[in-house]
Amino acid sequence: MYKDILDRLPYKSSFRFVDRLSYLSEDEVKGEFTLRSDAFFYEDHFPGNPVTPGVILTEIMAQIGLVTMGIYLVAKGVTKQSFDEPQVLYPLLTSTEVSFHKMVLPGDTVYVHSRKQYFRFGKLKCYVTMTDNEGRRIAEGTFSGVIKHVKQPVP
Amino acid sequence: MDRQAILVELKKVLAPYIKNKELLDGITENTNLITDLKINSANLVDIVIDAEAQYNIEIDADSAENMVTIQNCIDVIEEKLSSANS
Repeated sequence: MYKDILDRLPYKSSFRFVDRLSYLSEDEVKGEFTLRSDAFFYEDHFPGNPVTPGVILTEIMAQIGLVTMGIYLVAKGVTKQSFDEPQVLYPLLTSTEVSFHKMVLPGDTVYVHSRKQYFRFGKLKCYVTMTDNEGRRIAEGTFSGVIKHVKQPVP
Repeated sequence: MDRQAILVELKKVLAPYIKNKELLDGITENTNLITDLKINSANLVDIVIDAEAQYNIEIDADSAENMVTIQNCIDVIEEKLSSANS
């Protein structure tokens, strides 16, 4: 489901934090990601005691909650921007404010739910929550970002 | 609402986005939001949205793009206020 959107995510392998989208509209996204035990950050954070870094949880929330919706809005033609243009589009985070309530360990699946606050003048702002498989709150906060044209594709 | 009155309200809109509050006191019509007030360019959208609520007006994308200096901002707000009342 939503394969066309997932295929447009610009991240690869170790920095792609979206497994599945269960719902996507102009106003709302729901998706999930399972933390792989062999992810690169567990070896050092912390040695012998792996805990998912807050910055990675933030990235998961941003990719599912903000980037997929941003791609969807551009693909739908809500903005003047288009994937058909020669420039490459990249999503850039402009601000976040997140609070964390619960640790996430290797192998855990996290569920992200994002609600749009506005999308105007190319800027998307959403309120994003992350919960575990029992619906317990892991993190929540406000995310905003823009999709920028980059002239040269980044190798 | 004259330009001076618009400016008084505009300072209230800008204040949350200015880290160094002392910069608010030095504002003139020539002040640039990004280079002088050090406002994050991504926050200009929030400022436009807050200004819409503050003055009860609607600002279109073309007008929003012009809101670079205090003078530009007041011009746009003045124009939208007058067209809203006519």
